[in-house]
Amino acid sequence: MEDFVDAFFNLDIIRRASPILWSGLLQTLLLAVTVVPVGAVGGVLLGLLTSSPNKTVRRSFALWTDFFRGVPPLVLLVFIYAGLPFAGLDTGAWGAVVIGFLLNTSAYYGEILRAGIESVPRGQVEAARSTGLTATKTMGLVVLPQAVRNVLPDLVSNTLEVVKLTSIASVVAMPELLFQARQAQNATYNASPIVAAAIAYFIMLWPVVRLISRLENKVLVARR
Amino acid sequence: MDGLDGFIFSFFNLRVMVEYLPDIAAGFLLTVVLAVLVVISGLAAGLSLAVLRSFGVRPLNWLIIFTVDLFRALPSLVIIMLLFFGLPTAGISMSGFTATWLSLTLVLMSFSEEIFWAGITAVQKGQWEAARSTGLGYLGTLRLVVLPQAIRMTIPPLTNRAISITKGTALGSVVGVSEILGSAQSAMAFSSNPSPLTLGAIAYLILFVPMIGLGRWIEARFAWRR
Repeated sequence: MEDFVDAFFNLDIIRRASPILWSGLLQTLLLAVTVVPVGAVGGVLLGLLTSSPNKTVRRSFALWTDFFRGVPPLVLLVFIYAGLPFAGLDTGAWGAVVIGFLLNTSAYYGEILRAGIESVPRGQVEAARSTGLTATKTMGLVVLPQAVRNVLPDLVSNTLEVVKLTSIASVVAMPELLFQARQAQNATYNASPIVAAAIAYFIMLWPVVRLISRLENKVLVARR
Repeated sequence: MDGLDGFIFSFFNLRVMVEYLPDIAAGFLLTVVLAVLVVISGLAAGLSLAVLRSFGVRPLNWLIIFTVDLFRALPSLVIIMLLFFGLPTAGISMSGFTATWLSLTLVLMSFSEEIFWAGITAVQKGQWEAARSTGLGYLGTLRLVVLPQAIRMTIPPLTNRAISITKGTALGSVVGVSEILGSAQSAMAFSSNPSPLTLGAIAYLILFVPMIGLGRWIEARFAWRR
């Protein structure tokens, strides 16, 4: 038992590692508040384009969405970080992460929003247009708000996945929480820093997990 | 070399692609094996937990809810790192393959338990009462009446979740598993050319784009039954 505590919950080691764990946590938060808005804005754009009345536009961006949902995000990240420099395009770790997340995350948000826009009855658009609202205003003031409400659990759930996904930035040596925990583990030959990082992720994200469960139950009850 | 030639030489280098095609193909096979194993064990474990939860034993349910929340909140890569780099310090070591399989299984188990559980609770109480009144026992009711209806409702979200979690097999490359991304990265290192990475991306597209289509089809197919 004592060995177990020493190996996984070694307070002394965690205390020594805490400065770099804190800086990792900050970097993770910074990453999250960067990539979530970037992905969400791209997602709204893709959602609108894949709901376009123009068939060619709709089809081509549906293809784009499927393409970036089909490639695992880590593959995309490695491609941008390690592959593109061969073409003389060196984005650095931050650039690779932002571009990779933009392409991946916006595809997911876009697909969710497309389903949301589709779920708004056609009569809503017709009623809005007949009151004299322009097409743009109809979309922005009538359709999108209802669409977002209809797919809110999926949007929150996807946001949780994006924040969790920031941990893959450790693979391109971005000094976020997981990366710093691994560094500390290497330096101390002890797993406690990774356990500490896991606990930090859990404390940060558990409320979101609970929120999602409640939102999903609400939808289920409403459907009955 | 001008721009376009350089680009083709780097990313669509046929000589390099042909040379490393067998490696990527082996990686493809490993990815498929890993994904299938994760889906089978993850869904089986998730269903078992949901059934266990339906017995309504309070302390047990708290444990189940905590476990499930834990693995929904932790990033898969963090779980892989814990298993692969953390456990050996306690004298338990496992291969990168096992660590990746176990991590993704735990994650899929947790997400699918939530989905199965939502399905079970969505079956109306009258169904339970009617089945019990015909003389069926608790387990008989669960197995023959409730689960068939619950599972039908949960197929679309389960499919989508399973697809997105199997995409996590690429994380295995970080702990030395030679699945598609792993073998593409070693091939890139050997050949000093990123074309194997292009090949790897194509392999993932071949694997996952049909699955995304399948997920969308299933969603449309089962939607009106709810």
